Amino acid sequence: MTATNAIVIGGGIHGCCTALHLALRGMRPIVLEKNTVGRHASGVNAGGVRQLMRHAAEVPLSMAAMDRWERLDDLLGPKLAKDCEFIGGIGQIGIAASEAEMDWCQTRVAEMRSLGHAFEEVIDAKELRRLVPGAADICRGGIISRRDGHANPFRTTQSFRLRAEQLGVRIMERTRVTGLEQGDGGWTVMTDSGVLRSDIVVNCGGAWAWQVAAMIGEHFPSTHFASTLMVTSRMPHFIDPVVIGIDRVLSFKQTEAGTVVIGGGILGDPDLNAETADTVADRMVVSAQTVYDFFPILRRATIVRSWAGLEALMPDVIPVIGPSQVARNLWHAFGFSGHGFQLGPIVGSVIADLVADGQSAIPIAAFSPARFSAATGTPR
Amino acid sequence: MTVARTNCELAIVGGGPAGLAAAALAAELGVETVLFDEQPTPGGQVYRNIEANSRRHDALRDILGGDYAKGLALAERFRRSGAGYEPLTAIWQVSAGGKLGVSQNGKAYLTKAGRVILATGAMERPFPIPGWTLPGVMGAGAAQTLMKASGIVPDRPTIIAGSGPLTYLVAFQLLTAGAPLHGIIDTSEKGLFETGLAALPLLSSFAGDLLKGLSWIVALGKARVPFFRGRNLAAEGVSRLEAVSFDSGGRRHRLPASLLLVHEGVVPNNQITASLRCRHVWDVGQTAWHPQTDKWGATSTELIAVAGDGAGIAGARSAVHRGRLAALDAACRLGRISRTERDERALPERRAVQRENRFRAFLNSAYHPTEAVRWLADDTIACRCEEVTAGELRALISEGFTDINQLKSFSRCGMGQCQGRMCAGTVARLMSDSLKSDIESVGYYRLRLPIKPLPVAQLAELGNADRDSRPLLPVVEGDPSQRI
Ligand SMILES: Cc1cc2nc3c(=O)[nH]c(=O)nc-3n(C[C@H](O)[C@H](O)[C@H](O)COP(=O)(O)OP(=O)(O)OC[C@H]3O[C@@H](n4cnc5c(N)ncnc54)[C@H](O)[C@@H]3O)c2cc1C
Ligand SMILES: Cc1cc2nc3c(=O)[nH]c(=O)nc-3n(C[C@H](O)[C@H](O)[C@H](O)COP(=O)(O)OP(=O)(O)OC[C@H]3O[C@@H](n4cnc5c(N)ncnc54)[C@H](O)[C@@H]3O)c2cc1C
Repeated sequence: MTATNAIVIGGGIHGCCTALHLALRGMRPIVLEKNTVGRHASGVNAGGVRQLMRHAAEVPLSMAAMDRWERLDDLLGPKLAKDCEFIGGIGQIGIAASEAEMDWCQTRVAEMRSLGHAFEEVIDAKELRRLVPGAADICRGGIISRRDGHANPFRTTQSFRLRAEQLGVRIMERTRVTGLEQGDGGWTVMTDSGVLRSDIVVNCGGAWAWQVAAMIGEHFPSTHFASTLMVTSRMPHFIDPVVIGIDRVLSFKQTEAGTVVIGGGILGDPDLNAETADTVADRMVVSAQTVYDFFPILRRATIVRSWAGLEALMPDVIPVIGPSQVARNLWHAFGFSGHGFQLGPIVGSVIADLVADGQSAIPIAAFSPARFSAATGTPR
Repeated sequence: MTVARTNCELAIVGGGPAGLAAAALAAELGVETVLFDEQPTPGGQVYRNIEANSRRHDALRDILGGDYAKGLALAERFRRSGAGYEPLTAIWQVSAGGKLGVSQNGKAYLTKAGRVILATGAMERPFPIPGWTLPGVMGAGAAQTLMKASGIVPDRPTIIAGSGPLTYLVAFQLLTAGAPLHGIIDTSEKGLFETGLAALPLLSSFAGDLLKGLSWIVALGKARVPFFRGRNLAAEGVSRLEAVSFDSGGRRHRLPASLLLVHEGVVPNNQITASLRCRHVWDVGQTAWHPQTDKWGATSTELIAVAGDGAGIAGARSAVHRGRLAALDAACRLGRISRTERDERALPERRAVQRENRFRAFLNSAYHPTEAVRWLADDTIACRCEEVTAGELRALISEGFTDINQLKSFSRCGMGQCQGRMCAGTVARLMSDSLKSDIESVGYYRLRLPIKPLPVAQLAELGNADRDSRPLLPVVEGDPSQRI
């Protein structure tokens, strides 16, 4: 039987990053991934690296993540860092198309300042047009976080995976965890291709993380959703920042390749058992309308593809990060509710801190599993 | 046009022999049927523009020949049947619930169907050889399409390369139409002559077909069109095709040409069934994927059936009968005829399909593709939209990718305008070669709507979308900072 000191369940960005940081701390993690690395949310998301308009509880974590994004070289080495295609400092902008949205921007910036955060500013129509020359007249201004940007999600996840492997992490793809048992000798991890033993387990199971938790009798909301993106054919370069809607459903950016990725909360039909999701034309209309209204230049563009990814959704829209409430030596990191890619480089290091030191320098109390976990198993 | 059809009992996609026969029979049995087709008139690939071309009295009619003329009866029966007809209409999605995304006259709308028959036919097998993306290289079938649709005949030095009946048919048609045909390069293992004669006793009822094929070859020989048995083709040129080179008789040849027409058979057009996640099987004989169907053409997705070449290549005549089988099953499921009636009416159609299958099996063995599926040199382009070479893909595979969709995510192969139609087979083959695994485990691109490019403006103005179909999520409402 394979035995190690750490098993990470899930080969998304958080699983790979967690394994990487555990390895940096001298452990020999094994990542178990039922499909292939980056197959789900981490490989197919919109790649938005955004502090803009985040939940206040997430801001410290998100700011720490931003530092890591800007110093990917340190963590990954120059080649793998470059592969992530991270572009920062171009800004993400929430576009306001109504007076009410402009008011909301003012209030939001004031609130964030009162919490000591100054990374957001309100911009007027003139500044908006300077940054986004193609914006239509109905765009009145908005809110910006200038440090934000985007990266290539699949390549980023791949870089974290390769770095982890360089540090001795073993990744087992097409290996599904089917059961967890804790005994005196640690964890027995049952998979569809054999049994493993480990001292600790980290649950980075994404949309299926609640199922992993249920294996030890710890119950989280099973809510999940399928976020949909659509992409246009290549367009001449016309926009640098990423823009998102405030009251409207929109997230929008032009990639290096010239294609435009449109999303921001269009919902597909998730199918957790089939491990995929369908996109639904009826619900893509609203985003297409917003694009049509905000960016006249795109009216002639054609949509060539759409896709959807499965993502866990917590009722308060912030993740679960912390130790299990029912078992020792098991930690959770999931429930990123649609915006966990930006947190990709940081959560793994927080988990490694929790595992090794029992605490993290970044405030994470708001993410405690205790806010949901209704234990039915026997605490050990 | 305003929203034309928001509902129909039976939707048929594709107006070739399968779609026309299915629509006519279903409508005759009282099913409210609508046929959607991209083309302006009935006929599909094989009988493209049949109505207008049959009224012609010039040479083109003769060039296209007697087989082509047979399509007229199908089109006429369809016209009389009372089936609804939406030409010049692209279907960009079919959902498992039977919802079709329709694009017509620059407008899009949705149609809900009680049952769907996909009769979307075949496409030419992509032919990835060195230089195949140069202007001046195209499919032989595509050249034939131009001739059928608009009477366009090549007027520059032309070479045809490939194998299979369509290669010779097109060569013969071009010769008859006066195109400057400077050579034929046959890439098949043996020639039609040898294989055909050997198989003759087995295929006595198809002697006519074989003789027809041989008569084309004889005509081409008489006209002294240079003929080669060739391998390892390459299209050469700087900004467009200048010459074709190939191995033949132990040495390398080079023929100057402005147009190279290539063809090694056709493969099912399975974009819609793939996007529906219907179960597919890899057909070793045809070296292609096709959706798995029962004897009525029904797929693994409840409401969806496939008829004609889209369900596996079997040719135009077979497509007619497969179309009727799918129509009978639809009429039965929709309550118009009993099971007994369906089964009785199916007998002659099924016999006809079986008969055609025998001929098809012979064609499959005689014309197993060689050049279109050969080992790709590292600098040969595998994905033409995103210009990804075989070498780049091999490098990624050796870095540890084992799934075709990983290659796509990393290299962008299959992400372009053609939505993976042109490279899915090639990339899967490359992977299975490198990994020494079978094609099935490599899989197929995950496809989603739109299966045809859809203008943003059309989606933004999509008529009759169900805007309230948004599933409710148990999240805090009203605060944009909680945006997902
Ligand atoms: C379409 C879309 C767009 C998005 N856009 C953005 C954006 O612009 N910016 C942003 O910050 N975030 C975005 N997100 C959110 C972001 O992608 C996710 O929050 C993040 O990728 C979550 O990473 P993860 O590692 O937790 O999950 P995942 O990537 O889903 O990884 C979890 C893995 O666990 C595996 N697994 C589960 N159960 C088991 C088991 N029992 N055994 C073995 N393996 C198992 C799964 O197969 C999966 O690969 C978007 C999400 C989607 C879907
Ligand atoms: C280029 C080409 C030329 C060919 N020429 C010949 C020939 O001369 N002789 C011969 O025997 N065989 C020929 N074949 C083979 C021939 O296509 C088939 O045997 C026969 O036509 C199959 O009939 P079908 O009804 O299944 O499909 P088809 O005749 O191919 O009809 C399919 C129809 O569906 C339409 N369609 C497809 N997708 C959509 C969509 N998303 N929305 C709307 N409409 C759609 C197409 O435009 C087409 O009209 C040719 C094949 C190709 C690809």
